[in-house]
Amino acid sequence: MEIKLTRKQGGFLVDAAFEGPESGVTALFGPSGAGKTSLISMVAGLMHPDAGRIQVNGLCLFDSERHINLPPEKRRIGYVFQDGRLLPHLSVRGNLTYGMRLTPANRRFVAFDAVVELLGIGHLLSRRPARLSGGEKQRVAIGRALLTSPAMLLMDEPLASLDASRKSEVLPFIMRLSREYAIPILYVSHIMDEILNLADRLVIMDMGRVAAFGDLDDLLSRPELQPHLGTEDYGSVISAVVDEPLDASGLTRLRFGGHWLKVPPMPAGRGDQVRVRISARHVAVALRAPEQSSFQNIFPGKLDQIFDRGEPFVDLRLDIGCPLLARISRKSFSDLNLKPGQPVFALVKSVAVSLGAVHAMPDESKVPPI
Amino acid sequence: MQFWHLTDVEIEALRLSLWVSGWAVAVSLPIGILVAWVLARLRFPGKNLLDGLVHLPLVLPPVVTGYLLLVLLGRNGLIGAALYKYLGLVLAFNWKGAVLAAAAMSFPLLVRAVRLSLEGVDQGLEAAARTLGAGPLRVFFTVTLPLMAPGIITGLILAFARSLGEFGATITFVSNIRGQTQTLPLALYTLTQVPDGEVGAMRLCILSVLIAMAALVCSEMLARRFAARMKA
Repeated sequence: MEIKLTRKQGGFLVDAAFEGPESGVTALFGPSGAGKTSLISMVAGLMHPDAGRIQVNGLCLFDSERHINLPPEKRRIGYVFQDGRLLPHLSVRGNLTYGMRLTPANRRFVAFDAVVELLGIGHLLSRRPARLSGGEKQRVAIGRALLTSPAMLLMDEPLASLDASRKSEVLPFIMRLSREYAIPILYVSHIMDEILNLADRLVIMDMGRVAAFGDLDDLLSRPELQPHLGTEDYGSVISAVVDEPLDASGLTRLRFGGHWLKVPPMPAGRGDQVRVRISARHVAVALRAPEQSSFQNIFPGKLDQIFDRGEPFVDLRLDIGCPLLARISRKSFSDLNLKPGQPVFALVKSVAVSLGAVHAMPDESKVPPI
Repeated sequence: MQFWHLTDVEIEALRLSLWVSGWAVAVSLPIGILVAWVLARLRFPGKNLLDGLVHLPLVLPPVVTGYLLLVLLGRNGLIGAALYKYLGLVLAFNWKGAVLAAAAMSFPLLVRAVRLSLEGVDQGLEAAARTLGAGPLRVFFTVTLPLMAPGIITGLILAFARSLGEFGATITFVSNIRGQTQTLPLALYTLTQVPDGEVGAMRLCILSVLIAMAALVCSEMLARRFAARMKA
């Protein structure tokens, strides 16, 4: 997909450009008012860009230079709205088939029964939307968009209107979606936890502009993007494989880049792909490997980069075969007299990798509690 | 004469009233929906003028509206002459003229009710339908119109009742011709002008009340059924 557009609305300018492969989940991340919803409204054709170009799956949807502007109904873009927007005068079945029946039979590749089963909405088919819970509504809204057999799915904070338990009811379905159907998804959110669960790639938006885009793991490990990500969420994301779900010490052992990482026990099976998030505040740095310590995870590596923004702490990027971020106090920093390129040891306590930050990759049988 | 037995004059007036009002509503409904849509959704210069024009019959004395209709659409009127010349259509002094008078007088009520319901339709739902592959026209008929249904029913009943009661514009435009333009109110008026007409007038009065009540009950039932359908 290739998206490049500008639009001025009032005093606010959306001027965004990014591209990516036609598969997987791309998260659009940014604070409220960053222009995320405007951007995907333009992709869907519900809002008109002043200039630019939108291309999805080889099909040009909008090109201001060539005067191409497909109307929304011709774009084959499924849109899951934040507020569901089910048609209140139709039953759940009527909502699900509304778009499906408008899709020519020879272009449908998503089957009604399969979607109903995937989303677990078989028992709701004859109900009206007014009789559905928030989570059920969103599942129907996802099914409805999916059944148009779209070239791409847009999801605008589909979980935002739901409480925590409803969220955990819907999230696993979205995770399965990106696996079961080869439909690229553009997922808007300002919640990093959701994005860690779902996304392969990340587009960071701020003030109507794209601050950065690329692979999720890579972007989250770049300290210079930290102001966009929020200090609380600041940390490294590491993709790992479950090596031993429960070892002798009662911890789960993960393998990544030639290292082992011990984390609190998690509901995952051997060989599962997981994404682990290690908060920079919980990574300590030592010049020598401690012989007796409480650290379960000690990684030899070298200091790659120093980010000193004049704050009481200093951010470091360590290279342990993959990037690992550490945040240490200014006092420790000067005591250790750290220089780029210097060999160091990164120390990570197992409990620092909290369960909330450990996510089993989408695999329906082992979806962890959120 | 039995109380329940309607006289020929009464039956004639009743039938004509229902016929004229039915036609008036049938003719003005599609136009009313279109005008309501234009007023609710479009922005264009002269919109206030159109709005004012539509509402004019509501604020003008009905006699004035009837007189304007006569001037414009009478046999020698500006538009009426052309209608007669090219279409052979005569509106003055027959039931078609009565339909027009009733339609003109009830039009603002219809448009107001329809417009109100249209403004209550969430345009986000229409946008959602567009993303599901429906073109603007299909969206209108499968989303907008069904969601407007309660307002359309209200508008229809209001317009129908107003048409049944139409007097001033009708008598000015098409006069008071028995069997042609003499609807219930006109028949009632005629009876009040003749000696010994009180009993007949009272009977027509009761008849009018019954029809009006029936219309109200009907609208209430329909509105409730629609509300229930949205929640089931």
